[in-house]
Amino acid sequence: MNTSTCPVCEATVSIPADAMQNELIACADCGSELEIISLSPLTLDVAPDVEEDWGE
Amino acid sequence: MRVAILLTHIRPEEKLLITAFEAHGISPDIILDRDFQFDLLGDSSQRAPSGVVWADYDLVLERCISTSRGLYALSILNQWGIHTLNSYHTASICADKIQTTLALARAGVPQPRARLAFDEAHALEAIEALGYPAVLKPATGSWGRLVSRVNDRDSAEALLEHRQVLGDYTYHTYYVQEFVHKPSRDIRAFVVGDATICAIYRTSPHWITNTARGGQASNCPVTPELNDLCIAAARAVGGGILAMDVFETPEGGLVINEINHTMEFKNSSAPTGVNIADEVVRYALSTITEGALA
Repeated sequence: MNTSTCPVCEATVSIPADAMQNELIACADCGSELEIISLSPLTLDVAPDVEEDWGE
Repeated sequence: MRVAILLTHIRPEEKLLITAFEAHGISPDIILDRDFQFDLLGDSSQRAPSGVVWADYDLVLERCISTSRGLYALSILNQWGIHTLNSYHTASICADKIQTTLALARAGVPQPRARLAFDEAHALEAIEALGYPAVLKPATGSWGRLVSRVNDRDSAEALLEHRQVLGDYTYHTYYVQEFVHKPSRDIRAFVVGDATICAIYRTSPHWITNTARGGQASNCPVTPELNDLCIAAARAVGGGILAMDVFETPEGGLVINEINHTMEFKNSSAPTGVNIADEVVRYALSTITEGALA
């Protein structure tokens, strides 16, 4: 399984096999919402904060 | 056939849609709204961030979580004659609760009574004309954000003063809606083209029943009455791929509360048994083959 380090708490984060670039995932340790910046190499960053115009 | 999906980032819904396109043999280009850079005086011959000339796309599916980015992109692409779902026309109405109310009123679609005012004194008049409780909403926004139940004159005065003093100009547009004494649930119905493909009840002890706010989803049968209402509402705003928020009234009727143009549905396929992503993709592809224009 592809793993990387949480940029917030430095815990090891695993991503599912069908993960996609730019998908949002949560760190199981600290709960931070993370974005998969790239799959190879696996790079994670903190997801953008919710903006006032976000929604459906 | 070339398809692009515009998005802010990939949520479960976008992942389901991408997978559904792939099941139909199409690998859509993913275009992030953060990568947009349009020459506004140019035309569709310029390249998208994907490297593809915009004009070469047969369909652009807009799934931006950022409403403003999505609207601007749709406006530009439609001006260039590019087929999008939804269209800018539809999205711009649904993104604005006041425009939605006006569109529904023009079409005679049942909805809660609503009033609009631009200063505190007249907003208070509007609230009292509707009666307590009333619901004060921002003109734009989602997920129940800053939607406020106004129970009495004291809370009305407090809310209005807070919005006037602390809010920017957008919060000085006072859109007030009648509070519908619905059961402890509302209905989220999914319209794709000319069909209400499925619906869920969103049940919550809180008066705001959005699943984003903890409402529990369960299947809601699509009755002819619900279908007729939703199709009429969809047509009123220009049609497309839409999620209707529907209230059951104490008198036994149904009214449209709001319409969402980039619907979330990850919690809705399981209780309804309907593959919503596949229905969306089938419809989207049919609009290409039918030569539908944005």
